[in-house]
Amino acid sequence: MATLSRSDVEHVAHLARLGLSDAELSVFEGQLNHILDQYAILAELATDHIAPTAQTIELENILREDVVRPSLPTSAVLANAPARDGDFFVVPAILDER
Amino acid sequence: MPDLTRLHAHEMAALLRSGEISARELAEAHLAAAERDNRALNAWLTIDRARALEEADAADARFEAARSEGGSALRRLPALLGIPVALKDLVSVAGGQCTAGSRILEGYRAPYDAHITERLREAGAVVLGKTNMDEFAMGSSTEHSAFGPTANPWALDRVPGGSSGGSAVAVAAFHAPLSIGTDTGGSIRQPAALCGIVGLKPTYGRVSRYGIVAFASSLDQIGPFARDARDAGALLHAVAGRDERDSTSSPEPVPAALDTLPASDDQAATTLRGKRLGMPREYFVAGMEPGVEARVREAVAALEAAGATVEEVSLPHTDYGLATYYIVAPAEASANLARYDGIRFGLQRRDGDVLANYLATRGAGFGDEVKRRIMLGTYALSAGYYDAYYLKAQKVRTLIKGDFDALWAQGFDALVAPTSATVAFPLGARLDDPVAMYLSDACTLPVNMAGLPGVSIPCGLSDGLPVGLQLIGAAWSEAELLGLARGYEAITAGADWRTLEPADLHRASDPAAPTPGARAA
Repeated sequence: MATLSRSDVEHVAHLARLGLSDAELSVFEGQLNHILDQYAILAELATDHIAPTAQTIELENILREDVVRPSLPTSAVLANAPARDGDFFVVPAILDER
Repeated sequence: MPDLTRLHAHEMAALLRSGEISARELAEAHLAAAERDNRALNAWLTIDRARALEEADAADARFEAARSEGGSALRRLPALLGIPVALKDLVSVAGGQCTAGSRILEGYRAPYDAHITERLREAGAVVLGKTNMDEFAMGSSTEHSAFGPTANPWALDRVPGGSSGGSAVAVAAFHAPLSIGTDTGGSIRQPAALCGIVGLKPTYGRVSRYGIVAFASSLDQIGPFARDARDAGALLHAVAGRDERDSTSSPEPVPAALDTLPASDDQAATTLRGKRLGMPREYFVAGMEPGVEARVREAVAALEAAGATVEEVSLPHTDYGLATYYIVAPAEASANLARYDGIRFGLQRRDGDVLANYLATRGAGFGDEVKRRIMLGTYALSAGYYDAYYLKAQKVRTLIKGDFDALWAQGFDALVAPTSATVAFPLGARLDDPVAMYLSDACTLPVNMAGLPGVSIPCGLSDGLPVGLQLIGAAWSEAELLGLARGYEAITAGADWRTLEPADLHRASDPAAPTPGARAA
């Protein structure tokens, strides 16, 4: 199985949108490789002809009537927003003004 | 009148109906115990005294009205009316804080009730507050809580297990007769074992997860803690069943038997006769403590003496469970936890543009274990590794489930096994070694991989600390499992260890006691 280099760890942290300190990256590099070592045992099993299991109980698609129902009021949805402006969440501008 | 906190929920229910006690007295007694011990135990993140007393008064009003109406009105009242309950702090209660043990959700207030909160309200249960947990339910010791570890009332320098450690301690320490936990890889059963109480992980899909903070969606399930099987059954009965807001909740009928386990020991003991039980040899692992193995084998012998047959069986893919679980669960977690973006709710850290804010918010808001799992899961799902890790793990999951299915096809009623290979371990003992911590759940996580119900029940002590016996059943067999648990309680009703209270509980009431965090440091 693969081994994670320091730059792999940095890449994965970026994919996961985790801002990690140098110290964290160093600790995680060692720990994640130790954990990945545990995964090697799975290579012992021949699974080419085994179907994957994504869920364990047999449920058919369950549909409901497509009718409009009340949802939470805007004020309740926005109550936890760290920054809001009226009925909007505030985020940094993602487009430059030209 | 005995100390109200020592009663089982079914005993409280009888006294409430006869009018000998009130729901307010019950709530006051439990709130006082929780408030008194919380410095030393840190089992609770929120104790909502005002709300609990309001709910208790409402319950008393319903009892009063039913009593004036007559006997049949009393009998129609729900089983949990006026009974105190604790909720793990990942269950939404409208208007209340819901941290999931994480800084990233500190101060977040749930805008709506979880399905199970609604059900408990309808049943008239009195919610005392919210309990401590490993952050986002990731952990086996409750040490990964952002709000400090929880101590085990049997030994204050030891962990209660996890991730639902606060809910387990609340029940073990008599702060509530009932509590709710969640179990993704053992997070109800393992702390139940380490705290000497009953903890049931129901079949996947048995209880709606609407309004529960998600960890790993193909594994997470909600279940009860209690101090006996009857109470656990009553709580599951109150919250189980189909809810259209959780598409994975099952329409499978909820058996009335959950709420009507036998009161009489003689009757309960007879249910063990002729039961065919399997004892999976792979669960008696290397590294298992001799005292744990001894208690579990004694429990098995007691079940045999009561008329059950026990055969050694094999679950040949057990050793692959840990690796499989630690691919599937982190992969699902990495997707579920993408929602914590610092924009819509929870912690926000500004550091420039949108990307910089994500990095800063998530870097500051998540603890080490959550970061490790997000990293593992992101890696396992990333380009080039999906087939080698996630798909491979899902295929091995099929094999693990197949091991169990083969035994049900052979006619076994249930499996008996240890819940945990060790008793409660010292605070800090596994904190710096993630793999050692992960191994805490080796005997419980295959059950989640297969979607099955499992219950841990106390079966004695080793070195003065509780040992759990795990009963595993086929899908939807919770009532049968609790029937076996009730039978085991009946045949061990006279055992010395049943009369013991957690050895360090009296020290928890000392107002000068160190906090668990101080003990760990």
